[in-house]
Amino acid sequence: MDAVIENFPLLWGGFLRTLALLGIAGVSAMLLGTLVAGMRLSPISSMRTVATVYTEVLRNTPLTLVLFGFAVIVPILGLQPRGVDSQTQFFILAAIGLSLYTSPFIAEAIRSGVNSIPVGQAEAARSIGLGFGQTLSSVVLPQAIRMVIPPLINVLIALTKNTSVAGGFFVVELIGASRKAINDRGDEVIAILLSVAFFYLLVTITLGRIAAVVEKRVAVLR
Amino acid sequence: MSTVLYDVPGPKARRTARIIGVVVAIVVAALLIWVIVTLALPRTTATGAQQPGYFDPSRWDIFNDRAVWRRIGGNYLNTLKMAGLAAVFAIIIGVLFSFGRTAKLAAVRIPTTVVLEFFRGMPVLLMMLFTLLVFSVEAYWAGVAALAVYNGALIGEILRSGIAALPRGQREAGLTIGLTPLSTRFLIEFPQAARNMLPIIIAQLVVLLKDTALAYVIAYPELLRLVPNLSNFYGDRYRVSIFIVVFAIYLIMNLLLSWVARIVARRTGPQAGSPRIPRRGGIFGRRRVTETVTSPH
Repeated sequence: MDAVIENFPLLWGGFLRTLALLGIAGVSAMLLGTLVAGMRLSPISSMRTVATVYTEVLRNTPLTLVLFGFAVIVPILGLQPRGVDSQTQFFILAAIGLSLYTSPFIAEAIRSGVNSIPVGQAEAARSIGLGFGQTLSSVVLPQAIRMVIPPLINVLIALTKNTSVAGGFFVVELIGASRKAINDRGDEVIAILLSVAFFYLLVTITLGRIAAVVEKRVAVLR
Repeated sequence: MSTVLYDVPGPKARRTARIIGVVVAIVVAALLIWVIVTLALPRTTATGAQQPGYFDPSRWDIFNDRAVWRRIGGNYLNTLKMAGLAAVFAIIIGVLFSFGRTAKLAAVRIPTTVVLEFFRGMPVLLMMLFTLLVFSVEAYWAGVAALAVYNGALIGEILRSGIAALPRGQREAGLTIGLTPLSTRFLIEFPQAARNMLPIIIAQLVVLLKDTALAYVIAYPELLRLVPNLSNFYGDRYRVSIFIVVFAIYLIMNLLLSWVARIVARRTGPQAGSPRIPRRGGIFGRRRVTETVTSPH
């Protein structure tokens, strides 16, 4: 246990970096995913094609490969952000990679939410003369987003766990911090890793509770 | 695709769509050209030395070498070996979890639920590191164990929701004809739940195959390990080329598998009873199961 207490500042810093990755990647994946979902639902076929290809390629690529590409290949190509120290650089690259990887899952969750809205809603909107954009933004999406909050939270829970992969690519988040701590105190591997597990559960169980509460509320409304 | 969100486009809307289509095509083409030009341009290193662009034959000639392909094949097999064994164990663990989770005895159900929630909330990578360091096994077994337990927990939940979604009459009928509660579960409920959930389970196994790439971090010689290994052996100038090849292998393999999963979903999916398939068509008509339930993990 003393190894955990000794390395607590390190692990706490890692936890904060995990939260930062979750926050940044979560918000940007949400924005990007909504955009992609909109493109997949749009009447213009070229936009649908672009969005479909984007979704299929990213969904069928392992996250490790995406983050490897950002951490190793992007710097070789000289496309990395400049003017920051290398730790921040890897953090930014990992955040971009996680956002890109998560966005198609967000888009699919939103799309299936839109799909679960009864046809009559869209028909009613169309029949009072609303156009595609109006139908989507003021009738379908407000209902759909409420329906998809629980699945969206599930995507965020998965993202929380996925931030751990960044630890394999030079970002000192929880996993990266625990590896440092283990290098320092190899005799207390179990205590260190269990405390890391506790930090992850803190986030995932909280998010899961929120999802359950929201799900219950939405079920009552329906 | 016709939907109720918009009318069948008239001449004006078609023209607008065509214009936007051209704009989108130009933007996408510009992006692709930018990527290709960036890759193809000769590069200057920090020391000022000139290096050829990434499409220069000197960066690709190792792929003429049979030995390189043998190593690619070897690592590919390693990936499949890990995924295959982990998938078998994941299904076994998943079945056990689903039985424990639906057990009548609280002494079985509650501990199973706690353990299951614990594993579901864990990153696979953390579980791999834990097995590797605490049990000091080979990377292969650490990867198999972590993937099997994590995906087993998820498959257990999938099967449980499959059992829960069956009409009550199934269980009642089993008990009525004199089967014990246990054999009702084995003979009546479980086979139906497993079949209804097959598409989702296959989707989860595709995720498992993708997740074997995590074993890269614990230095298991799987596909992604080829990039550092081969470029250390043959030279750094091949790093990007090898990455592109590995990327292509993953993409083709997973796209094929997802396609197979979708076919299985269409064959076995839309029958009565599966909980996640809406009975009533949504705005886009009937949706397919695999499209709605995939998650990043």
